Amino acid sequence: MTASVLSTRGLQKRFGSLVVAQDIEIALPRGVRYALIGPNGAGKTTLINLMTGMLRPDAGHILLGDEDISALAPHERVKRGLVRTFQINTLFPNLNALEAVTLAVCERYGYAGTWWRRLPAYRQAIDEAYEILVSLRLAANCYRATHELAYGQQRLLEIALALATRPKVLLLDEPAAGVPRDESAELFAVITGLSPDLTVLFIEHDMDVVFRFASRIIVMVGGRVLLEGPPEAIAADQRVRDVYLGSKHHG
Amino acid sequence: MTASIGALGEPHAYLDVQSRWRRIEIAFWLSTLLPFVLFPLHLQLASQIAITALFALSLDLILGYAGIVSLGHAAFFGIGAYAAGLIAKWGWGEPISGLLMAGAIAGAAGYATSFIIARVRHLPLIMITLGLGLLLHEAANSASWLTGGSDGLQGVRMWPLFGTFRFDLYGYTAYGYSLAVLFLTFLVARRLINSPFGLALRGIRENAVRMPAIGAPSRSHIRTIYTIAAVIAGIAGALLAQTTQTVSLGTLDFQRSADVLVILILGGAGRLYGGILGAIIYMVARDQLSGMNPQYWFFWIGLLLVMVVVFLPNGILGGVAQFTASWRARHAALRGRPS
Repeated sequence: MTASVLSTRGLQKRFGSLVVAQDIEIALPRGVRYALIGPNGAGKTTLINLMTGMLRPDAGHILLGDEDISALAPHERVKRGLVRTFQINTLFPNLNALEAVTLAVCERYGYAGTWWRRLPAYRQAIDEAYEILVSLRLAANCYRATHELAYGQQRLLEIALALATRPKVLLLDEPAAGVPRDESAELFAVITGLSPDLTVLFIEHDMDVVFRFASRIIVMVGGRVLLEGPPEAIAADQRVRDVYLGSKHHG
Repeated sequence: MTASIGALGEPHAYLDVQSRWRRIEIAFWLSTLLPFVLFPLHLQLASQIAITALFALSLDLILGYAGIVSLGHAAFFGIGAYAAGLIAKWGWGEPISGLLMAGAIAGAAGYATSFIIARVRHLPLIMITLGLGLLLHEAANSASWLTGGSDGLQGVRMWPLFGTFRFDLYGYTAYGYSLAVLFLTFLVARRLINSPFGLALRGIRENAVRMPAIGAPSRSHIRTIYTIAAVIAGIAGALLAQTTQTVSLGTLDFQRSADVLVILILGGAGRLYGGILGAIIYMVARDQLSGMNPQYWFFWIGLLLVMVVVFLPNGILGGVAQFTASWRARHAALRGRPS
């Protein structure tokens, strides 16, 4: 068995009497495309918040490779390769795409603390940022302020910012939220095309997309992991059909 | 990939143009020399304007670029002023070394408080900066053995600048000195905002939630810029102490923190020249209006502030930038190019 890149051990979180995470034990191997599914309120986004350090768990541990990162600040987890995107666009409205992605690249190299050298002097960082924008087909609009970009392009910029940090594990919180169906397939094609070394976990509600792009699926219900397995097993499982899929059929 | 190699040159050129000197900037700095010729009797006022502009520039770095609202920025201005005044009073009247020491002391105070500042945002931030400012004002008031209390610090004697230029009654030396310090500090600030660090500051202003998610140590960035801004504010305060050869409690006053905020908002925050333009307008208006109507001149400042915020939400410079952009777009459209 391959060692997992990201794993959690006995993760617990409650808000008052509401349990949002209970005994979460997951282990993501390298290069796998995971889908995290479950009904609204199942604790999917909470799990991402816990893993990335935006929420502190009441108990349990988060491991990146062999390292326990439970006590690290969010930006330190990013530095180690655990990176997320947001369900609701969390971008820099008055920076353009080139500036935003260049900023993320500069932070990775540790250039962003330097105030005595001009930004254009960092040619390599700018090239890298631009290449990411080219690969996500954002280059043509990279000089326009983020708030002027079309919604779908802003969703791509969410991913571009995450890629600029060179993640080992990428957690995508509903990357296609609000994007029309035909465009969302395009967006997931981009995600599928990412480096095979990269571990991706995405939250998604559209089951067609999930079964097309995920190599494995985690089902969450009421703050617990109900099931984990390959798409065929998930689709065939009666419990999953009951709580989540209803009677809908999927090819 | 071959097609994009040609295009790869473009982002560099684009970013390079963003930080290049514009002709209007050079014209502006040349025009700051005009008071020597045109208003030789108002050089003291010109010096005060340059000092206020420097103070506003320091606030712009934290407010306009990093989005840190402060209602107590006069604390560092006052610390710089008292430090410079005391250094001179205790026998070291050399201006430039005194200025640097005062800046360093203000910077140390800025660094010490930056740990609190970096932890809070929004309303708590405003309250903490306000509270620290009030605290320091009262501390200076009660420590009258050191500061002279409400009588102000007396006995500040400055040596001639470079051992040659005396601080004269007309303010030739004062304005030359203040202007030179303003310009040199401006060069530093300009470099800073065009650096990767400057980009990170704008990132914090634009979205503080996203910054940690791209691996940015926002708090450490905030501590750095808050310290730098404190140094610059301290230098501005020191300039005032040295050129007027006295220090009053007014340097630490809440009024001064509020004034500099008004100046920056008037001129346009986050634009580097906003504070300078705001200082010119505000100080000249105060000089003229208070001459006409000494009691009620704040009425006009209040009116001006309301008008600017309502009609030019990004300040006067923001309005000018918007106007030129739309004028250019219309011009381009007339020539048949897509705008």
